[in-house]
Amino acid sequence: MSSQTPALRLEGIVKTFPGVRALDNVSFDVMPGEVHALMGENGAGKSTLMKVLGGIYQPDEGRIVVNEQPVVMTSPLQAKSKGIMFIHQELSLAEELSVAENIYLGELPKKSFGRVDWQKLYSETNEILGRLKVGFDAKTKVGDLSIANQQMVEIARALTVEAKAVIFDEPTASLTDAEKVVLFDVIGDLKTHGVGIIYISHRMEEIFRITDRISVLRDGQYRGTLETPETDEEEVTQLMIGRKLDLSRNVSHHELGDVALEVRGLECGKLFHNVSFSVCRGEVVGFYGLVGAGRTEIAETLFGLRDPTAGQILLDGQETTIHSPADAIEKGISLVPEDRKGQGLVLGMNCRDNMTLPQVNDLKAGPFVAEGAEIAIFDQYRDRLDIRTPGWKQLVGNLSGGNQQKIVIGKWLSMHPNILIVDEPTRGIDVGSKSEIHNLIRELASQGYAVIVISSEMPEVLHVSDRIIAMFNGEIIRTFTSDEVTEDNLIQAISGIIPEKVA
Amino acid sequence: MRPFNLSGIGGFLAKQGILVAFALFIIGFTIANERFLAPDNIMGVVRSSAILGVMALGVTFVVISGNLDLSVGSMMSFATIVVLDLHDQIGPALAIPSMYAMVLCLGAFIGFLVGYLKLNSLIVTLGMLSAIHGLTLTYSGGKNMDIADKEGTWFSMFGQSDALGIPIPILLFALVASVLGIVLAKTPFGRKVYAVGGNGTAATFSGIQRARVVFTCYLMSAFCVATAGLIQASRSLGSQNTVGQGLELEVLAAVILGGASLLGGSGTIFKTVIGVLILGFIQNGLLLVGLQFYVQYVVTWIIIILAVWLDVAAKRGKLWSPIA
Repeated sequence: MSSQTPALRLEGIVKTFPGVRALDNVSFDVMPGEVHALMGENGAGKSTLMKVLGGIYQPDEGRIVVNEQPVVMTSPLQAKSKGIMFIHQELSLAEELSVAENIYLGELPKKSFGRVDWQKLYSETNEILGRLKVGFDAKTKVGDLSIANQQMVEIARALTVEAKAVIFDEPTASLTDAEKVVLFDVIGDLKTHGVGIIYISHRMEEIFRITDRISVLRDGQYRGTLETPETDEEEVTQLMIGRKLDLSRNVSHHELGDVALEVRGLECGKLFHNVSFSVCRGEVVGFYGLVGAGRTEIAETLFGLRDPTAGQILLDGQETTIHSPADAIEKGISLVPEDRKGQGLVLGMNCRDNMTLPQVNDLKAGPFVAEGAEIAIFDQYRDRLDIRTPGWKQLVGNLSGGNQQKIVIGKWLSMHPNILIVDEPTRGIDVGSKSEIHNLIRELASQGYAVIVISSEMPEVLHVSDRIIAMFNGEIIRTFTSDEVTEDNLIQAISGIIPEKVA
Repeated sequence: MRPFNLSGIGGFLAKQGILVAFALFIIGFTIANERFLAPDNIMGVVRSSAILGVMALGVTFVVISGNLDLSVGSMMSFATIVVLDLHDQIGPALAIPSMYAMVLCLGAFIGFLVGYLKLNSLIVTLGMLSAIHGLTLTYSGGKNMDIADKEGTWFSMFGQSDALGIPIPILLFALVASVLGIVLAKTPFGRKVYAVGGNGTAATFSGIQRARVVFTCYLMSAFCVATAGLIQASRSLGSQNTVGQGLELEVLAAVILGGASLLGGSGTIFKTVIGVLILGFIQNGLLLVGLQFYVQYVVTWIIIILAVWLDVAAKRGKLWSPIA
């Protein structure tokens, strides 16, 4: 590989923001036909590095070299003209336009008098879509596509130019397993065409499946590059967080208490039906399934955000109806929602106000909010959850993902719930914070909370749960105890394959 | 072209842009006309800003909750006409509470549409701007409304009297500002207003009844409008049907000038008061310098656009951003 010239090279990049050295002398290169993973915890500097590459930030020091020619990047458009394409995690598509218009946005083929050459546009687009093996055509409106297919449109954009390097930023965050396979095929295809690929992801399993080399950033510094076939998850993790990560199976069996929550034949329209399960105090029940299996909808129903169309909910053996989130909170149910920024936090508010938001009515001194009591609550949970922030006045939007998630968890723990539901507790969170949150969930159960964990990550579900409920298409397929469960039978269950001897 | 960065003194100027611009105006006006800083002129400006100011206090709540209220101008005309008419029919002691009740009903209706039916506040209040104007004209039959006995009524105290040497309109403005300032900054309700405007979904997920919060904000806005109408009616003791016309934009201008974000979730009562005063002093200064009255419309909005620009520039650290 040493004889080849890299498709793209970054040399000694330094970028500082007031008070922070976001990138400290980072060097990085990607060869033609190579998939190079870029890993690091949230806040390690991956996004900043990519913004430097895309011309959104100017580096203070260092240079960018494309095909051995130094370039100064001033905008994403210029990066594109140099053959460097970005595929972002957050989609940036115009929903009202067709697939073809989105792909060629800004450079639609023209005929005389500036008219768009629709024929050429559609035929070129369909050719690209053919390479991606997708089930929609150039004229489809983007807004009518699923998120995964929209992601494919984003990827198709990268195929319109002679790309030298393509950067994938968490491309699989919203894809199902089947769609991932297609994506990996596309990446393989790009590879054989000699394109250099930078692959940013938190998911180890993908990294080991498709990459050739792995480079790790920590605290804005380059920590080293490993050859993928010669390393393992443990080594990478250690490089990322500076210590080992425990992802063993959950084996701790402590005493279970009474049944805190029981659900019988719960149904909500077409979203889920005939759902029955129970959760004891001191128990962690994991809900595992594909996106769209109805897990989040069950949580939202239990939290009073949706009205069930049939079935019963029993709290401590008493049948009850939950009318609203306020009602659910009253009855001792807390929900740490799936979308941290959209549903969990008011980003423009400070840490303290976010944490005490559900109980602000109860924290009163006369007619006023008792700010002293609020600060006491914040301090207590900051210490308990090890939330790293300069102080309660800090705006939540300025914290890292892991610390934001801890604020949401702290917010609901401070309500002293009987039942804690956590939906995708570690989505988009770095490995270090992830394991802290896992430990916390276990610890809460041992203190007598009834905990429901909804997750799309199998290692996570296996690690934290006492029992695992597998869902497919709005139905519970099977409930596993932690002794019965294997990766194989769990995957079968969430794919709707019911073994002969169903429990 | 490379967008230049704001840091050091430039960044400070951008962040405090509105206060800096204000200071420059004051210096300029004082040089042009020394009467500008005379105590009676200052008192006059505050006094004439009081009506606009009281309305801006209520609208601050609505804006922080993430909505707009463009109906306050025509609602203020309605309040003025109604209280003047009722004054002669049932006497001032009954006229005032009746007027408040009617205006609060209008506020409740808007609050219901925006809060509970979740209709877009721009459309609803733009519609109400016109509808309430029609309501006022229907009520008055299109005629100006005057109090028969202008000398002998105590009703004139709200607009014309002094207490402790301070005009009552200023005292009313200060009183409402203090109470609402405390409500917004210190009570659970105020906290919920910020949460609903900052992220309505997260507020719902925290058990906050979003519809109720929005509804209450419109009620507070209506209460402030009724108070403004009371001052207006009491000051002139007679009124046209269009007395509040155009005020909705001036009110909004003051709120934005104070630094509240139209996206919701930020702003304070104190900042709104500053915005109101800046607007008042600038308009007064332009008159003292000898410019035509209409020039203020142009200048006011140039200042607002400048203020918003500096605010955005300070947030992104660049004066302009051609890329994204």
